[in-house]
Amino acid sequence: MKPSPFEYHAPRSLDEALGVLAEEAGAKVLAGGQSLIPLLNMRLAAPAHLVDINRVAELDTIEVSERGVLVGALARHTVVERAADAARVQPLLREAIRHVAHPVIRNRGTVVGSLAHADPAAELPAVLAVLGGEVEAASARGRRTIAAGEFFLGPLESALDPDELAIAAFFPAAPPRTGTAFLETARRHGDYALAGVAALVTLDEDLRVSGARAGYLGVGAVPLVIDLAEPAAAAQAGRPPGTLDWSAAAAFARERVDPESDIHADASYRRHLVGVLTERAMGAATAAAFEGVR
Amino acid sequence: MTHEVALTVNGVHRTARVPARRLLSDFLRHDLGLTGTHVGCEHGVCGCCTVLMDGEPVRSCLMFAVTAAGHDIVTVEGLAAPDGTMSPVQRAFQECHGLQCGFCTPGFLCTVTALLKDNPRPTDDEVLEGISGNLCRCTGYQNILKSVHRAADLLDEEA
Repeated sequence: MKPSPFEYHAPRSLDEALGVLAEEAGAKVLAGGQSLIPLLNMRLAAPAHLVDINRVAELDTIEVSERGVLVGALARHTVVERAADAARVQPLLREAIRHVAHPVIRNRGTVVGSLAHADPAAELPAVLAVLGGEVEAASARGRRTIAAGEFFLGPLESALDPDELAIAAFFPAAPPRTGTAFLETARRHGDYALAGVAALVTLDEDLRVSGARAGYLGVGAVPLVIDLAEPAAAAQAGRPPGTLDWSAAAAFARERVDPESDIHADASYRRHLVGVLTERAMGAATAAAFEGVR
Repeated sequence: MTHEVALTVNGVHRTARVPARRLLSDFLRHDLGLTGTHVGCEHGVCGCCTVLMDGEPVRSCLMFAVTAAGHDIVTVEGLAAPDGTMSPVQRAFQECHGLQCGFCTPGFLCTVTALLKDNPRPTDDEVLEGISGNLCRCTGYQNILKSVHRAADLLDEEA
């Protein structure tokens, strides 16, 4: 359980980091290391070069505006979790981070690192996906913005090129009259979830549901986003505002996921969880939306 | 290829020359001879290797010594006063039988020390969340929970 040897680079600036990534093919970026170092310890990964960005202070940022939250590559989960203004603009971020492993892991692990790791069972990729967020990538060749829908290509595979560094991620703000909820089911507290859902419900000025979306983790090769506008119409048909029945949304979501079986849970159980979690999360998000307009 | 790592451990400036792949946990134990930090799973699950870095609990098996260079580390050896008087958290664990075999104890002590600094009067739920990343194979969790509340009392009395 010791990592293979590697050549270590400790850049002090972004330009220096990008220079190393441009020069050394097969270099891996080390930020919080809470996913990468287990892979190295178990020798599931053995990169020849490691670029430790922990001293690149310019990446340790959180910028909150009315548009959303821009999280820099070195912002630790704990710091984002505690940022009250970030939670005000986009509550889903804090709600999801509280499900990421344990507090001690969150002290080191980074939000952007979790995205770049692209584990489909992780919380933050599903949040970025359901919000339609973006990842900012930089390389010695230039910069580009990658939409969440194009960022996650497969398990542990992102759209980042080998010489690129994810320098920030943008989580758009919740529109007015929007409620959010994050729910997951795990075997043990802090484990990767068997299935999880990040839910958003937006009300119009007459307090009718005008938008309903859910992002799923643990049930596919990449985070899955399902637009629940159609079952939302059924959920409120003939009902007074605030007393929605999301059971149709549960069935709708169950039909649209294609989870795999593994030793932790079989596919049918995961599909069942998707239904249960969808109904609960949409209910909680609806309640939060009504809470917000009261 | 080795690197000179200079950092502060338990208030003392320490240096050692190590390969980049040296984990902080192994650096503390093998290079500095501080074997109080225990190594359980080596992939961040068990929490036995938890130490304080700049006051925050972190997994020393999920960090390279070269990354910790320049930082301030406190291990279980650094929790007691210089004259050997145990810290309130250590005394609480002793009083409440918060340990059996003791393997997980260094990690718990470091985690709880930081937890109570952050939240001096945690509820049961907050304690459970705070120590959720530390495993005790003796399953002595009830006494560990009591120890945390007792430590909160002791810290309060001595404040």
